[in-house]
Amino acid sequence: MFETLADFWHMGGNGVYVWGSYGLCAVLMLGLAAQTLRRIRTRQRDLDLLQGSRARRDGTEGA
Amino acid sequence: MHRFANPGQFMRVADKVLPWIVALCLPLIAAGLYFGLYASPPDFQQGETVRIMYIHVPTAFLAQGAYVVMALGSASFLIWKHPLGDLIARSAAPIGCVFCIICLVTGSLWGRPTWGTYWVWDARLTSMLILLFLYFGYLALANAFDDPARGDKPAAILALVGVVNIPLIKFSVYFFNTLHQKSTLAGDLFGAVFGEPEAAVQAENLPADLAAAAAQQGGDLPPEMLLPLMLMLAGFTLAFLALLILRLRGEFASVRLRSLRAGFRAEPRGA
Amino acid sequence: MSDTAVRRRSPAAQRKRMRLILVVCGVIFLGAATALTLTALQSNVNLFFGPTEVVEGKVPAGATFRIGGLVEIGSCRIRGDGVTREFVVTDGANRVTVTYEGILPSLFRDGQGVVALGQLADAAGEFRAEEVLAKHDETYMPAEAVEAMKRAGTWQEGGGEPVAAAGAPSGANPCKG
Repeated sequence: MFETLADFWHMGGNGVYVWGSYGLCAVLMLGLAAQTLRRIRTRQRDLDLLQGSRARRDGTEGA
Repeated sequence: MHRFANPGQFMRVADKVLPWIVALCLPLIAAGLYFGLYASPPDFQQGETVRIMYIHVPTAFLAQGAYVVMALGSASFLIWKHPLGDLIARSAAPIGCVFCIICLVTGSLWGRPTWGTYWVWDARLTSMLILLFLYFGYLALANAFDDPARGDKPAAILALVGVVNIPLIKFSVYFFNTLHQKSTLAGDLFGAVFGEPEAAVQAENLPADLAAAAAQQGGDLPPEMLLPLMLMLAGFTLAFLALLILRLRGEFASVRLRSLRAGFRAEPRGA
Repeated sequence: MSDTAVRRRSPAAQRKRMRLILVVCGVIFLGAATALTLTALQSNVNLFFGPTEVVEGKVPAGATFRIGGLVEIGSCRIRGDGVTREFVVTDGANRVTVTYEGILPSLFRDGQGVVALGQLADAAGEFRAEEVLAKHDETYMPAEAVEAMKRAGTWQEGGGEPVAAAGAPSGANPCKG
């Protein structure tokens, strides 16, 4: 357990390795999650657009 | 089992369990971070660097687990032509690839202060690097063509060929002399089944003082270190499942988009 | 498989079965090929030789290789020049003296597994190391628990030289510094 916040950052002299590991893990995991969600959103938007234009076309066909 | 091969039904079930997975995953990882980074003791040899274990081991496990998922999906796609298998493999690959990168880099950052080197070409580290290249190869093949139907078969075959690497990673530390230590969690079991590599230390020949020291190195993880490891293992596994479902959703949307576009082009205008 | 059994399957089911057999056979052959290759290359895949293999002359003369084993307890000392560290690597059956001019890794201690890269010096069978790595084992223990065991006198010396919470190696290992 750590006495002070400075100790916590210092990690017994190995702060670079420990925080580097956790930092890289956080960045990559959050990045992957963000990319995954963004991908779903853009696909869904394209899908809506396409279905909208198809409905419009089908609509003019019907008229 | 074949009921789940129906993509629509599979996705309905997956979407229903997704909120539960996320609701379980986040507190598990939060608790894992609290115990892993703060409320667990430093190791008697390594000091604070032992905390790297709490992300290194779960990501190593999942980098291999994701590959097995990918290979099973590819096998079902090649054998039974289940389109869901291909989609699952395509979804698992980038997640496993990210876990593999995290595992390799954290291992390197752990190796420097403990072993004295960032990298060594021993069997465990090398086979893990091969896993990363297999992921790269799969992702390249699966996404190389505008029409994914052309890349899916070669990619699935690569995924299946690469599956021999998985047992190699697992058992490399038992078959060969490596710098990497053996598994703490499953060490006794595997050690008993597969024995030790040739140049291993013969405990019965050791002088008494060294034998006592070696006996103390039997492979042991005390409960206060096991707790954060298990929390992170469970949390990361659930995170993998959540990401897998989300990526599957993206893959399904891509498939619908492609078929819609194809139909859009194929239908004669104003007919 | 009898002729009628084959005929009863639809062509599509037969193709599926064929694909299943092909995939399973492919994976089995590939696994066997990999296993055989690795067995043949065993000595190249192994990262290091043990002291017994070195003493028995299984290492080609003049080669640069890695030697691995435990540091014999109390064997480590600094030579008169103040730079060269000398310690004995043992596997219980045989021992090899290793010399190293440099700073040993922080996990280096009596009874610890080490892997050293270097060559055998000509006559004495002494191993001149260019690099010494500590081989960590799969045992973890809270530093405080080890301190407590030491106070209680139940700690086996050589089993561990504790790293203090500050990360600085404590204890008076003559090879440290």
